[in-house]
Amino acid sequence: MARAVTPRRKALNTVAAWSVALIIFFPVLWMILTSFKTEPSAVAMPPQLFSADWTLENYSEVWARSDYPRFFWNSVVISVGSTLLGLAIAIPAAWSMAFVPGKRTKDLLMWMLSTKMMPAVAVLIPMYLIFQRTGLFDTKTGLVLALMLMNLPIIVWMLYTYFKEIPGEILEASRMDGASLWKEIVYVLTPMAVPGIASTMLLNVILAWNEAFWTITLTTTKAAPLSAFIASFSSPQGLFYGKLSAASTMAIAPILILGWFSQKQLVRGLTFGAVK
Amino acid sequence: MGQITLKQVRKSFGDVHVIPGVDLDINDGEFVVFVGPSGCGKSTLLRLIAGLEDTTSGKIHIDGKDATDLPPAKRGLAMVFQSYALYPHMTVRKNIAFPLKMAGMNPAEIDKKVEYAARVLNLANYLDRRPGQLSGGQRQRVAIGRAIVRSPSAFLFDEPLSNLDAALRVGMRQEITELHQNLKTTMIYVTHDQVEAMTMADKIVVLNAGNIEQVGSPLELYRRPRNLFVAGFIGSPKMNLIEGAEAAKLGAKTIGIRPEHIEVGSGPWSGTVALSEHLGSDTFLKVDAGELGIMTVRGSGEVNVHTGDRIQFAPQADKVHRFDANGLRLD
Repeated sequence: MARAVTPRRKALNTVAAWSVALIIFFPVLWMILTSFKTEPSAVAMPPQLFSADWTLENYSEVWARSDYPRFFWNSVVISVGSTLLGLAIAIPAAWSMAFVPGKRTKDLLMWMLSTKMMPAVAVLIPMYLIFQRTGLFDTKTGLVLALMLMNLPIIVWMLYTYFKEIPGEILEASRMDGASLWKEIVYVLTPMAVPGIASTMLLNVILAWNEAFWTITLTTTKAAPLSAFIASFSSPQGLFYGKLSAASTMAIAPILILGWFSQKQLVRGLTFGAVK
Repeated sequence: MGQITLKQVRKSFGDVHVIPGVDLDINDGEFVVFVGPSGCGKSTLLRLIAGLEDTTSGKIHIDGKDATDLPPAKRGLAMVFQSYALYPHMTVRKNIAFPLKMAGMNPAEIDKKVEYAARVLNLANYLDRRPGQLSGGQRQRVAIGRAIVRSPSAFLFDEPLSNLDAALRVGMRQEITELHQNLKTTMIYVTHDQVEAMTMADKIVVLNAGNIEQVGSPLELYRRPRNLFVAGFIGSPKMNLIEGAEAAKLGAKTIGIRPEHIEVGSGPWSGTVALSEHLGSDTFLKVDAGELGIMTVRGSGEVNVHTGDRIQFAPQADKVHRFDANGLRLD
């Protein structure tokens, strides 16, 4: 039964939701505003929300000083590549865990998740050495592999949860109707799981795009993505907040736009409801 | 054709023996109902026949051919699931056409078959809707439509009416019976509802703990239950079972008498009416009959007896069922 919402309660809820949203968004807003300020106004005390002397100088300097398109391309390859590779491995894995679970499937899932609880720095040295000795250091392939492995537990878990929502009887019905395993996946499972697969993909692209620990540690110049591009602006000579903000804004802009347009998909998930 | 034979079919899940070993013959064109309490293995047995579960041992023959290791699609059977299991992203038309498309049939032929099924099942106006836009009864019809277009050698129904409300269930029950009369195809129907079993079946298979307790026509089971389990399960309200001196008088460990085979007014038994239900067409009484226990009595029409009344009653002599210490029928 739907609960009656009074106008007063609705207004309070709206104010609360906007306040929380603003608090979360404020650092991003501050960064964007700072990117348009001159360096003196960026560090002015007391801080100024809006500066009197707007400038695009930070952007032009950042653009001139570094090879932004290369960092951008590296980010695209690494985040999309690691996500697609992860999906290719996770779809069959999640499929078998959801529809033909073994005695230890639950334990396996917990174990996979537990690897995410380990601090990344704990495996920093072994990873670094492995990457150096296998020639994966500072390569896009290496980072695709590393980020895929980092995010694989999340991809498997998300897909497993989505697949579990699909009634097994529907897949059995398709088997009775003469569908081979391949046709069952193409005609029945995939169309039903598209929202789930899409939201898993989007979330993992975002996670991989924003990943900084491994991308900064395992690259130097060739394969460095946008996270390393931002880090390159925190120089030993001191922080230039205007330029750092401009670089950060340029780094997050693509993923922010992608997230903005796909937010409906991101929160949607599987909402087929019961067939009963 | 739709002859199905099970030979010593067993199914175990780890240490749990769900089907300890079943032999069964289903003739072509028969309407067979598997009935039994929840967890008795009736759905598992159906799934073994469908090929959705592998047998642990034993053989399943369909139309004389060994189908034990065949995948579901190769057995020539169609199944209607309890949850309908329609494809939610496809229209009714595509749902019904799906098995034909999988069989590689040409589109014109598919259209013809779908139109025919839709007409038979009163779905012609809903072909472009999705399952989510249909009522429970309509969804069930789509599931049946998807099954009939394949012209299978047998239909398997897994409790297909249990998600429908009571009124719709009666209607669908009749529709399925009519469908069987028209198609004359073998149907295996699983239910825990013995009224469905009695009204629809040519042959009832009563299952308990994975074992077949009795196979027979509805009236055979009603008239001559092979053991106490069948006696208690078939018939509504349940048969009264009496042990002790009354049973010993007839040379049995247990005697059974159906509520409708008891006459009220005079007789050797007496008791106090603990509850009376007057339905007009019938009167149901719960009688506290002392040593005999609580007896259920069904009177035809209106019986002028009320809660708290003291009554005398007697069983119809030729309707008393006798069972030995092992629970088996004595004749």
